[in-house]
Formats: sequence, C-alpha cells, structure tokens
Amino acid sequence: MIATELPAWAVVVISLLLVIGGLVTVIGSLGLLRMGDFFKRMHGPSMGNTIGTGCVLLASMLTSSVLAGRPVVHELLITLFVVMSSPVTAMMLMQAALYRNRARNR
Amino acid sequence: MTMLFTYAIWFAQTCFVLAMVFAAVRLIRGPAAQDRVLAFDTLYINGMLTLLMLGIRSRSTAYFDMALLIALFGFVGTVALAKFLLRGEVIEP
Repeated sequence: MIATELPAWAVVVISLLLVIGGLVTVIGSLGLLRMGDFFKRMHGPSMGNTIGTGCVLLASMLTSSVLAGRPVVHELLITLFVVMSSPVTAMMLMQAALYRNRARNR
Repeated sequence: MTMLFTYAIWFAQTCFVLAMVFAAVRLIRGPAAQDRVLAFDTLYINGMLTLLMLGIRSRSTAYFDMALLIALFGFVGTVALAKFLLRGEVIEP
C-alpha cells in the first residue's frame, strides 16, 4: 500500500487536498444540475472544475514528489492547460448562448 | 494514517463519480444545446479527475498521459461545439 511509504505530514496534506477538491467538484456539479437558468448554471462547473482540478493535481504532484524524493512537476502541464482552457470554453459557451437567445427572440 | 489516506481517496473518487452522474443527468435532460455542451465539458473534466485518482492510487504514470489527452481533446471538442452553436460552422471559409 502506498500510504505506508509516505510520511505523516504528506498523508495529512494530500488527504486534505483530495477531500477539498472532491467536495468543491461535487458542489459545482450539483449547481449544474439544480440551477434554473443557463447563465446561472455556468458558474458551478467553472468554479468546481478549476479548483477541484487544482487540488487533485497538487495532491498528485505532492505524492509523486515525496515518493521519488525529488520535485516531479509534470502534472503542472495539465494544471496550466485546464486553468487556461476553462475560461475560454466558458466564454465561448456564454457567447453562443447569448447569440442563440437573441436569435430565438427576434 | 493508512486508513486516512484510503478513506480520503475513496471519498474523492465517490465525489467525482457523483459529479459525473449529475453532469450526465444534465446532459440527457438539458433544455437547450448549450446546456448539453456545458454538461459534456463538466463530464470529461470529472472523468479526467477520476483517472488521476486512479493514478495516485496505483502510482503509475500511464494515467497522467491519458488525463492530458482527455483534457486536450475535450477542450478542442468543446470549443468546436461552441463555435458550431455560435456560427453554424466549425471552420469558417
């Protein structure tokens, strides 16, 4: 089992990061399910995905770094990519929704 | 300590799978096309996170490459769908 090789502080920090990431992600997805309007629904997944991905990737980086005994930061690539791409998709979807609502009301 | 780590990983994985279920319900039920695209975006990000949890559990680096590919192609797919909803064409002449 992996946890026997990790020091205690790493186990505590990684577990905390995983729990926070999971909670934020599930709350964001619950917002996607429960909110009433598309523009209200937009908030939940954008927040949840960014913070949840950040927490999980930080935990993954910490695990592999502590296990390898040296900094292993290749998960930074996914973090960078998700943080860059999530606002772009949100903005494009909002633009599309605005355009479609306007075209339908005309 | 071992139990704490195991429980945290179980909890996080359950949360991500639950989030995937919520996104799938919205994907099926969504009233407009943009809701479905947003739900698809959430779905693939949560799938990527589930894969990363598997990677933490099994300390294998193969899952990292899969997660990177999912993030990459999911982004391309979402942008293409949003572009299609906006203009009616993916690649404009």
